[in-house]
Amino acid sequence: MGKRDRLSGNEAVAVAMRQINPDVVAAFPITPSTEVPQYFAAFANDGLVDTEFVPVESEHSAMSACIGAEAAGARTMTATSANGLAYMWEMLYIAASSRLPIVLAAVNRALSGPINIHNDHSDTMGARDSGWVQLYGETNQEAYDNFIMAVKIAEHPDVCLPVMDCYDGFITSHSVEVIELLDDQDVKNFVGEYKPKAYLNNPNGKVSMGPLDMPAYYFEHKRQQAEAMKNAKRVILEVSEEFYKLTGRKYGLFEEYKMEDAEVAIVLLNSTAGTAKAVVDELRSKGVKAGLIKIRVFRPFPVDEIVAALKGLKAVAVMDKADGFNGAGGPLFTDITSALYGKADVKVINYIYGLGGRDVRTDDIEVVYDELLKIAETGSVKSVYNYLGIKE
Amino acid sequence: MAFKLKEEALKPERLTGGHRMCAGCGAPVVVRAVLRALKAEDQAVICSATGCLEVSTFMYPYTAWNDSFIHSAFENAGATISGAEAAYKAMKKKGKLPADQTIKFIAFGGDGGTYDIGLQSLSGAMERGHDMVYVCYDNGAYMNTGIQRSSATPRFADTTTSPAGSSVPGKQQQRKDLTAIMAAHHLPYVAQTAPLGSKHGGFKDLHEKAEKAIYTEGACFLNVLAPCPRGWRYDTPKLLEMTDIAVDTCVWPLYEIVDGKLTLSYIPKEKKPVEEYLKAQGRFRHVFKKGNEWMIEEIQKEVDRTWEDLLNRNETK
Ligand SMILES: Cc1ncc(C[n+]2csc(CCOP(=O)(O)OP(=O)(O)O)c2C)c(N)n1
Ligand code: SF4
Ligand SMILES: [Mg+2]
Repeated sequence: MGKRDRLSGNEAVAVAMRQINPDVVAAFPITPSTEVPQYFAAFANDGLVDTEFVPVESEHSAMSACIGAEAAGARTMTATSANGLAYMWEMLYIAASSRLPIVLAAVNRALSGPINIHNDHSDTMGARDSGWVQLYGETNQEAYDNFIMAVKIAEHPDVCLPVMDCYDGFITSHSVEVIELLDDQDVKNFVGEYKPKAYLNNPNGKVSMGPLDMPAYYFEHKRQQAEAMKNAKRVILEVSEEFYKLTGRKYGLFEEYKMEDAEVAIVLLNSTAGTAKAVVDELRSKGVKAGLIKIRVFRPFPVDEIVAALKGLKAVAVMDKADGFNGAGGPLFTDITSALYGKADVKVINYIYGLGGRDVRTDDIEVVYDELLKIAETGSVKSVYNYLGIKE
Repeated sequence: MAFKLKEEALKPERLTGGHRMCAGCGAPVVVRAVLRALKAEDQAVICSATGCLEVSTFMYPYTAWNDSFIHSAFENAGATISGAEAAYKAMKKKGKLPADQTIKFIAFGGDGGTYDIGLQSLSGAMERGHDMVYVCYDNGAYMNTGIQRSSATPRFADTTTSPAGSSVPGKQQQRKDLTAIMAAHHLPYVAQTAPLGSKHGGFKDLHEKAEKAIYTEGACFLNVLAPCPRGWRYDTPKLLEMTDIAVDTCVWPLYEIVDGKLTLSYIPKEKKPVEEYLKAQGRFRHVFKKGNEWMIEEIQKEVDRTWEDLLNRNETK
């Protein structure tokens, strides 16, 4: 049996890392993810893990060293935020296309500029098409659970892709919650041993990795990579089911909160779901049929499942904690609306909110539901692309 | 260990022929010579930065590498190989690799990937002291992208981004002294070398230095002159004439620094004038134009200064 403990999100993820006992962790400090490598360095120097901890001189080198290590046959992990993730950008693509199952704790923070240390999702949204699986979590518990599941998802032979465990900077990373920890042995059994098919340090077989790939092959390699991302959806569900059997904690592609008979709903990511749930409860107590969808798996994007969940609703608001700078809406919004296109006729509006850590409170969320109810009543949308809580 | 060319030449090549580097290119010659210093029974994991070497030796689905090989990007060979080395340590610790298996970690980078864009990654890997060797094959420009200047390009050389124009005559700056920068990392072994003609002992200097770098524990660095007939514009068969004259003019001094102690590996009896190095290469043609004598003088002055400096620091007199 596991035990309950009071931990911050970062500490919980570092504990998961200790329990996994990876071969290599290479990381560079950046707020708010810094504590993950800090806690882990302490575990390493206190002899609690067998891991080689590589304190690199930059995030570009962190991801490069992770690539070298994972390619060499080591289970490898790292953590970063914002500018650190942006600095890794080139290597994120190379990790994914090299099919290296690296796990990264992506502690969401606003991307410069202007420089800002607080939470939004502009960092991981910038990496959404890098070929990494992206899991998002609301609470410390989810950040911890997703991190453990990430290892198994990444290393599955039908996937072999790197995974980001995304959770909100400060709100999740630094606030302390009571969470349920698995036994060390259970984590060990759950993730199993890393057994790559081909690896550099293999004493019985040499391999060359990272070729120059000409037009005769590059396209097929990309096609295989796309297939792996499609496979990831099934594998995520299988791994989540196995995790449920072990812990009793159920995870899907997204969480549906009071959606059974909902007429209006908000779709969003991460910690704001907690605030939104409180508003849903409040509205429900008044007889309003409000619901909420919290996306857990953003890459691969659960297109058909989202359509099924939103079909028949009178109005939906997608809340993006990152702008799209495309003149049309945020990244979650454009993905959801393109999923719905031709499959369901639902009125969808977009709110950009919380950029750079701007607080979002229950009364802000109420504004969104009010707007949805108006649309449900009148059938007309005044404005699609909106900003919530901004000083105009 | 004494260098016996005949014996060494019998070892199977770890970089096979059939790759696509130009005829007369110095880089594959350097790579083969370095890898020949590996004990036959030792496995190697090799990394290359993006550049001529990488794109010509590993074009999917063919690899010229007989050892495990990884390329990930241009600026990160130091970090990439350091990750593989960390993996080796961890896998050994956990018993995932046979205890008696030795793997050596060697990274190759061109001057662009080493002096310039990869300097930070290299510095980090060296400072952390991974058990690895980083080999820079210095051909003095970004050859793969079409001969652009790097911080290793010699002063006044004509490159496509420092062209010998009518108002600016080629590259204006001195070369960066990367070997000295590496020595300032307090590494156990740093050396500057080149594949040479038989009058300079052929591949002896390069072989012995590679062997020391590979079998000295910790992070070691080799800077190896690797002429490029396209970029330097000399006759393809003259590779070793180029390195010989670079050494005889002291444009490319041979030395090693062991635990901070500098030893010159070769002191020419009579230092040849720098013109002899310059005149063999088309990239310096403009310095011989009438009125440009001052350029040759400046180059000579700089060579004299660095050579004097090395003579003064030479601890094995
Ligand atoms: C980040 C990045 N910037 C630029 C390039 C383009 N590029 C590839 S190889 C190269 C030059 C390589 O020069 P060098 O390291 O000296 O090796 P050489 O080709 O001379 O052997 C450049 C500029 C790249 N691949 N990646
Ligand atoms: S361009 Fe120069 S460095 Fe590149 S392969 Fe040809 S000779 Fe070698
Ligand atoms: Mg070069």
